[in-house]
Amino acid sequence: MSITRQDVIHVANLARLELDPAVIDDHVARLTEILEYVAKLNEVDTGGVEPTSHASEHTNAFREDVARPGLAPEHALRNAPESEEQQFVVPKIVG
Amino acid sequence: MQLHELTVGQATKLLRRREVCAREITMAVLERIEALDERIGAYLAVTADLALAQADAADKIIASGQSGSLTGIPMALKDLICTAGVATTCGSRILEHFVPPYDATVVSRLADAGVVLVGKLNMDEFAMGSTCEHSAFRPTRNPWNPDLIPGGSSGGSAAAVSADLCLAALGSDTGGSIRQPAAHCGVVGLKPTYGRVSRYGLVAFASSLDQIGPLTKDVTDCALVLGAIAGHDPADSTSVPREVPDYTSFLQKGIQGMRLGLPREYYGLEGLDGEVAAAVRAAVARLEEMGAVTVDVSLPHTEYGVAAYYIIAPAEASSNLARYDGVKYGRRNAGASLAEMYRQTRSAGFGAEVQRRILIGTYCLSAGYYDAYYRKASQVRTLISRDFAEAFARCDVIVAPVAPTAAFAIGEKVDDPLQMYLSDIFTLPANLAGIPGMSLPCGFTADGRPIGLQLLGRPFDEGTLLRLAYNFEQATDFHLRKPVL
Repeated sequence: MSITRQDVIHVANLARLELDPAVIDDHVARLTEILEYVAKLNEVDTGGVEPTSHASEHTNAFREDVARPGLAPEHALRNAPESEEQQFVVPKIVG
Repeated sequence: MQLHELTVGQATKLLRRREVCAREITMAVLERIEALDERIGAYLAVTADLALAQADAADKIIASGQSGSLTGIPMALKDLICTAGVATTCGSRILEHFVPPYDATVVSRLADAGVVLVGKLNMDEFAMGSTCEHSAFRPTRNPWNPDLIPGGSSGGSAAAVSADLCLAALGSDTGGSIRQPAAHCGVVGLKPTYGRVSRYGLVAFASSLDQIGPLTKDVTDCALVLGAIAGHDPADSTSVPREVPDYTSFLQKGIQGMRLGLPREYYGLEGLDGEVAAAVRAAVARLEEMGAVTVDVSLPHTEYGVAAYYIIAPAEASSNLARYDGVKYGRRNAGASLAEMYRQTRSAGFGAEVQRRILIGTYCLSAGYYDAYYRKASQVRTLISRDFAEAFARCDVIVAPVAPTAAFAIGEKVDDPLQMYLSDIFTLPANLAGIPGMSLPCGFTADGRPIGLQLLGRPFDEGTLLRLAYNFEQATDFHLRKPVL
């Protein structure tokens, strides 16, 4: 399994990362090495084996659907990079 | 003995007998940090004013006879555990100025027990690393030798406990991040069963693997701190509504007839250092002299654990870390469009190792690759869990090394991520299977580096791990040796 510069740039875009062109080759080399290593899982016969997504003994946690106090707006906004009138401000999205 | 050297158990007794007050212990710890931490780099923030105010409050509580289990005990927290009003950085530039508006449940529980918070501890960024070299702020040095890594990702926690810069600490363990640094710094560390401790307010790395646990100077302290933080929490739906036993009640029981499983795949591993193997085998022999019996067990999928983990953990991380988008909290770098702002923020805010893991995880979850990677790894995870279930039908505790080698030099593996990942081979399986694991001191290399012994148990059987560990500790003096600082 080898991956290309184009693969790395594509995946970086999916993850909303912009890689410095100088480090892309290093990422290609390291990711290729790691993906070649994890390919050893193909040695394992997993036919009919259910996947495990978590190790918990219980499957669901229900509670009564009742309103409870939440974070006050001033607390929720305190760490905002930019806010205005109790709202988060982001760059313009629609034209 | 000086006050900063006290264990939690010793300090609690002295406080209750009024032979010392909480303010004196807290002052001693703060002075110790002031004197030494510039060299060690365990702390990202020291909350001296808060600590002294909490210590004074603790002294009033003690005077009124209303002490909790940890009243007046100075502790510190890995900096991914949210503390209301105190910056929580996760070792990352992207959260450098983040001040949580709420406390993690473990923080509320420690506060209820009377703990004094002395500060926040260094870590690999977002808990991704085994050395503390991936902290965005500073490396932490091993108190036993400043040229060595303290382990990671809870390296600040382990170094602080080892150097008497707090009486006890909390860390988190996603693939060994409590047990491995505990081993490298010569302290006790415990990763509880998945679901034993609430993770509300723990910054998420890999949600199906993360657990919070104690790092302490001895086994008694480990039992005391675990008892204070364990238990169901409605705010974390993965925490389990099971009763929390008094963990100290297990300690005094003997280990006559206890069955210790020795996984043949672990002891036969190529790359297991000779001195580490010898120390672990000597520990097993000691436990046999004390009445335990050994059983040969097999964990046949051991060699696939690293591969499964390094798909599952990055996959979960890539999803969890999508929240760092520069909108609601954390760093923002300007961009002309929303997408450009995301890219600028995340590229500037995340360090190289975090970006690498986001790329691996995103790749493994991307269209066309999900079944080949994530699903396959999740199936292998099932087989690894079954290996443990079968082994625990034949033994009570699995006894193993923590890491294949003792602490290595800062810089030695930093450019070789795969080699770094491979060193997690003995610790990752417990996270994949959700079982409890513990590390305790069991020896030193000829050049004085601590060696850890790992105990793995059945789900929710932390009590048996603590019992075995306590018996070993009583018969040895490794936990009493201190680094020369």
